[in-house]
Amino acid sequence: MSPPKETVVAALIVLGALFVFLGSVGLARLPDFLTRLHGPTKATTIGVGAILLASAIFFSGSESTAVSLHELAILLFLFITAPITAHLLAKAALHRQVRRDDLTDGGTPTADDADAAERQVAQPSSPRGPDGGRERANDEAGQQDR
Amino acid sequence: MRHRLLPRPLLSLGIFLVWALITNAASLALLVLGGVLALVVPQLTAPFWPEPPRLVRPLAALRLLAVFACDIVTANWRVARQVIGPLHRLSPAFVEVPLELRDPFVATLLASVVSLTPGTVAIDVDRSNWILLVHALDAPDPRALIDEIRERYERPLREIFAC
Repeated sequence: MSPPKETVVAALIVLGALFVFLGSVGLARLPDFLTRLHGPTKATTIGVGAILLASAIFFSGSESTAVSLHELAILLFLFITAPITAHLLAKAALHRQVRRDDLTDGGTPTADDADAAERQVAQPSSPRGPDGGRERANDEAGQQDR
Repeated sequence: MRHRLLPRPLLSLGIFLVWALITNAASLALLVLGGVLALVVPQLTAPFWPEPPRLVRPLAALRLLAVFACDIVTANWRVARQVIGPLHRLSPAFVEVPLELRDPFVATLLASVVSLTPGTVAIDVDRSNWILLVHALDAPDPRALIDEIRERYERPLREIFAC
């Protein structure tokens, strides 16, 4: 493998790993269920995307395969399925009325004042308020049950 | 009047391309098999498919794809900074985006685009009032987010599918 190609592949792998890591950091640090949902979306888009691209470049032009395109199929299916996962998780959370913030209490052994303040400020707020959305989602779920 | 052999030309093309990707287009025999699948699968699954909207502007679709790719990169940077930065500066919010489109398939596409863009997750499409419920990681100005989703994604999607 030529040095320029190696460099590109290495850079893409590091970039991908970095974003997957940041996605995990988000999952660990963010205060409640719905904000945590945002962590993994990064991991699946740029993180996995960069690693798959690195794989495609690495295997292209080597040995038997002229062009390696498997990876694009993986990316395609990830892009189709990832939003559905997020959607179902979010709906389940709204339906079960997951209490915000409280979820992290078990995971933060040193819940000092700064953390507590952070969690309070990080409460979702919207023009209609979080409960507006919650109600509506439940209405919809009720309709589907019927 | 729909063509008997190819009831869904785009679906057939999609199946063929994905087959070529999965098999790495390794040999002619595999490509022929992919062609057979592209003919047979749409026939067999025809009853499952609701009437899909027509793709009227493929070029606009390509442009939206490019915009989407750029947005993923920029939004990734932004969310990455937010995640490692001070969390108390974030203002997560539920945002209700009133939709103008009226097609379930296109609404699904829009919701997927919103979910794949870091920082926003589409939670629910209310199909009686056509409102997309979005949860944003950081939306100090919900109004701006609504406008962004409608301008950047919904309008092109409506142009592409003429709905």
